[in-house]
Amino acid sequence: MSPPVAALTPEQKQELAAIAQRIVAPGKGILAADESTGSIAKRLSSVGAENTEENRRWYRQLLFTADSRVDACIGGVILFHETLYQKADDGRPFPQVIRAKGALVGIKVDKGVVPLAGTNGETTTQGLDGLMERCAQYKKDGADFAKWRCVLKISEHTPTRLAVMENANVLARYASICQQNGIVPIVEPEILPDGDHDLKHCQYVTEKVLAAVYKALSDHHVYLEGTLLKPNMVTPGHACTKKYSPEEIAMATVTALRRTVPPAVPGITFLSGGQSEEEASVNLNAINRCPLPRPWALTFSYGRALQASALRAWAGKKDNTKAAQEEYVKRALVGLPWGHQRHGDIWGAGGRGHGVRDNTK
Amino acid sequence: MTHQYPALTAEQKKELSDIALRIVAPGKGILAADESVGHMAKRLNQIGVENTEENRRLYRQILFSADSRVKKCIGGVIFFHETMYQKADDGTPFVQMIKDKGIVVGIKVDKGVVPLAGTDGETTTQGLDGLSERCAQYKKDGADFAKWRCVLKISDNTPSALAIMENANVLARYASICQQNGIVPIVEPEILPDGDHDLKRCQYVTEKVLAAVYKALSDHHVYLEGTLLKPNMVTPGHSCPTKYSPEEIAMATVTALRRTVPPAVPGVTFLSGGQSEEEASINLNAINTCPLVRPWALTFSYGRALQASALSAWRGQRDNATAATEEFVKRAEVNGLAALGKYEGSGDDSGAAGQSLYVANHAY
Repeated sequence: MSPPVAALTPEQKQELAAIAQRIVAPGKGILAADESTGSIAKRLSSVGAENTEENRRWYRQLLFTADSRVDACIGGVILFHETLYQKADDGRPFPQVIRAKGALVGIKVDKGVVPLAGTNGETTTQGLDGLMERCAQYKKDGADFAKWRCVLKISEHTPTRLAVMENANVLARYASICQQNGIVPIVEPEILPDGDHDLKHCQYVTEKVLAAVYKALSDHHVYLEGTLLKPNMVTPGHACTKKYSPEEIAMATVTALRRTVPPAVPGITFLSGGQSEEEASVNLNAINRCPLPRPWALTFSYGRALQASALRAWAGKKDNTKAAQEEYVKRALVGLPWGHQRHGDIWGAGGRGHGVRDNTK
Repeated sequence: MTHQYPALTAEQKKELSDIALRIVAPGKGILAADESVGHMAKRLNQIGVENTEENRRLYRQILFSADSRVKKCIGGVIFFHETMYQKADDGTPFVQMIKDKGIVVGIKVDKGVVPLAGTDGETTTQGLDGLSERCAQYKKDGADFAKWRCVLKISDNTPSALAIMENANVLARYASICQQNGIVPIVEPEILPDGDHDLKRCQYVTEKVLAAVYKALSDHHVYLEGTLLKPNMVTPGHSCPTKYSPEEIAMATVTALRRTVPPAVPGVTFLSGGQSEEEASINLNAINTCPLVRPWALTFSYGRALQASALSAWRGQRDNATAATEEFVKRAEVNGLAALGKYEGSGDDSGAAGQSLYVANHAY
């Protein structure tokens, strides 16, 4: 093994760790507002609004200018490229608006899924070309973190070893490049809830996928203290006939994470997948009340689960802006009624899980 | 991905997890008394004692006759095969003596290192043949955990990718087989302290090795809550000219573990390597007062660092037995405190406690 050539200086590590910790500070989570133009089209049309650049700007402005009640709950906002360069009515660029409210700005940097030939509909994610230069530019333009989504699905023969390995590898390459540019990578290996598999099977697959992800991150010399994980909660498939309680979902989720996510990772920001706003909040709450020791922050990175009511209330009409903002604020406040202190804090001095922030060695 | 075929039932998992938690209960660690016959030869030679079966029996009897003070600081004892079937003077089997003190019995099951062809002196460890049957028998005979030692070394071109991958794989196979037989596997990927590398280099290598170990354990469907890890602390090489404080060693060690060991692992039981008795206790204490969040127990699995003073006090004389046992109890209590971050140091680096126990290229 050749002697290490440090990927990052101590100053770079310190900056990354500090950014990550600010995003998942106690009580805070992430607003995922990074729907691509194609994705947002579906959302807008579902409420009868036209998919114009102005509508997209107005809709995001509505979210980013919600009143100060959300400041304590939102540690970061993920933007789509277009949105990073849009401005509020008062002429301030959106990154400035977001930062003024105490949140950090994130940017979605992947370029969507592409098929893996020879598999049964499995995919990897593209976007590595020129990523280094793009990240440098985004950092100058106000972004401090990024997001890249990989997708896996459960069926009789999937995810295959290839899909698990390839997606873990591309996530690690993305993470490595981000960190070189002072950008904290959110690593998102989403396992879709499609299918009729039960909770146990989702847990099994989640454990295998996350083990592969963390091995790849190690192989690529990624600094874990300067990353965040955005996984699915462990849930039964959508078509599964058996019902599970939030406590069962919480136990399965926390167990899977305890078996795979090293304590150096500062925070886990769950995606909401197909969950309703209420379901997503109730499950996150149960996760934070789970009795197993949890050395990372456990919080949200929600898109639909924070926006659905706001979107409906807005319905494309400027007059509905205040009502829509109120819906969004309500969901944001519900987010973490119990806070998401590391469960280790209750063990006390000298016990397991006791301790504070990370070093940067 | 094929459907999961559960490796263990819920009852099997519960049994394994309970055993592991008992061994690393707060304030407790492991006495590694599993030196092979060949290895005992070196120890006994140093104090001028002949390496006979009777002397080995007498020596282990000294350790196992410790009084009830050890109940609060020793959670497990690792035996060598021969010792599992030996008895005290009064006919009590050693296994029973240990269990009567509420301590869990463990057994070393590997069969030593063998060379990896095409590498620069690197090794893997053998012992998988018939391991399932051996584990089943050991379980009947009173063992509830096992130990398997792999060895890696740091130099310009080692550990190689092959050595890391092969040792991680064989550790995972061993762990899987143990669990099938109700035995908690202690996974020991020792990175030797030989060399002049600095603390950072050891930390880097330790992180890479442990990442490979946990990936292999995942691939082999090992139930992490029913395992323990026995790693080296992160230290500079023995011939490294830079000196580091216990706090620096603790920070490097805990950081490496935080980056690689999932919280599901109930405990990390450090090997002492070539450290002196006092060094091993001071470093363990610093590890337990390190300010980083540590979700696993961090305790000891010491051989030399628990026994050196006892061995010197004994010198093969029956009359010295009680004094020798007392030396062992003292070190056990000190390490129990260190495992809680409550040991303040003896301030005494002289005598057996302060002597380095470094043996170059240590292999069984």
